[in-house]
Amino acid sequence: MVYNLETPLTEEAVGMLKAGDKVLLTGVVYTGRDAAHKKMVEQLERGESLPFDLHGNILYYVGPTPAKPGQVIGSAGPTTSYRMDAYAPVLMDRGLKGMIGKGDRNRAVVESMIKNQVVYFGAVGGAAALIASAIEEAEVIAYEELGTEAVRKLKVRNFPVTVVIDAQGGNLYETEKAKYRNVE
Amino acid sequence: MREISVDTIIEKLSWMCIEANCRLNSDIHNAIRTCKDKERSEIGRDILEQLLENADIAKKEMMPICQDTGMAIVFCEVGQEVRITGGSLTDAINEGIRQGYEKGYLRKSVVKDPFFRENTGDNTPAIIHYDIVPGDKVKLILAPKGFGSENMSRIHMLAPSDGMEGAKRVILETIDQAGGNACPPMVVGVGIGGSFEKAPQLAKKALLRPVGEGSPIGYVREMEQELLEKANKLGVGPQGLGGITTALAVHIETFPTHIAGLPVAINISCHVTRHAECEI
Repeated sequence: MVYNLETPLTEEAVGMLKAGDKVLLTGVVYTGRDAAHKKMVEQLERGESLPFDLHGNILYYVGPTPAKPGQVIGSAGPTTSYRMDAYAPVLMDRGLKGMIGKGDRNRAVVESMIKNQVVYFGAVGGAAALIASAIEEAEVIAYEELGTEAVRKLKVRNFPVTVVIDAQGGNLYETEKAKYRNVE
Repeated sequence: MREISVDTIIEKLSWMCIEANCRLNSDIHNAIRTCKDKERSEIGRDILEQLLENADIAKKEMMPICQDTGMAIVFCEVGQEVRITGGSLTDAINEGIRQGYEKGYLRKSVVKDPFFRENTGDNTPAIIHYDIVPGDKVKLILAPKGFGSENMSRIHMLAPSDGMEGAKRVILETIDQAGGNACPPMVVGVGIGGSFEKAPQLAKKALLRPVGEGSPIGYVREMEQELLEKANKLGVGPQGLGGITTALAVHIETFPTHIAGLPVAINISCHVTRHAECEI
């Protein structure tokens, strides 16, 4: 199926999505990768609030290149997600509804996704110039000192992603690989 | 002695940073196009199409193909009849990287300390491999390396009794485990022989060979072909989402080794395997 979805994501939308569905996202998406995740989880451990409300929101694992004059953002493809596995369940427990990245997740993340009803989208790694054309606005909202790793609020229009792990644990990495595997 | 100024090195390298990051080399472009026509997975074909479209946008807008513009790996061959003037060669290489990454709006992805992780702000230092060669030229090869694939690379210190079959097994295991993390279709560089540090350097060098150009050594070329065929039967596919295009090429370099050893290093690289070179 192909869906056009607006953010923040509703429970209903998350529940309907199945691994393999294509989605065009429109609305706000927040960026965060290694260093920002570490900072967010440390803040939560200290009992502080986060720089943005997680409820219903989506985190995009990306560290963009600098914008040239006249550009909103530079190239902005997904980074590998497993490095955020250690932090993701804590954020899902606090309302995060979607993640965008590339590559498979560990068991703890998938269990937390099922428990919290969260969806994991894949964007095409290395299609960074193409993806940038779906980003209409970008603003650093936290951890500016982290440079490319700062948290940005992006406004996206028809941002192309695929549901790779759904909220029931359906996993495209497993099912599609098996179809083409031919190993003695 | 022929004199070469550090200014020439800086200028050439800074241009190479932009060139390597914004233009997909034609060998990779052609390989992706060929694989797209053969790919059986619809998702896979769609991804390969997007990669070609992305490369076209990057070239037209002179934007980085991938946001991970990498750590700068520099292979520098210095002719022994060359004298570098105006400063240190290593400083000049780092200055070239600094200027190229700034001018080209490329991402600065290097942190000062592996634990405290403060960004150096200019993508230096580069990793530099020097080679002293006959002649009066300097050859520079820049290979910006992204870490999605670098993190999936492995070294195995096999026993001589593991032999060629053992080497093939660990190479295929590494490709399989890399999966979607390494942004397949991958280019796989393999270094076999040497010592603990020599094998990965050979693997890195193997990535510089144009895709589709086999080893000049007969049995190595056969190994490369067999491994490419088997890699594409693993099912990983474009972006790890299934298909018969897992690798674009497997390149192997070999070197003499110790009577007790069989080092095998596998350097995984993504579908944006980049390099630019120049001779001064």
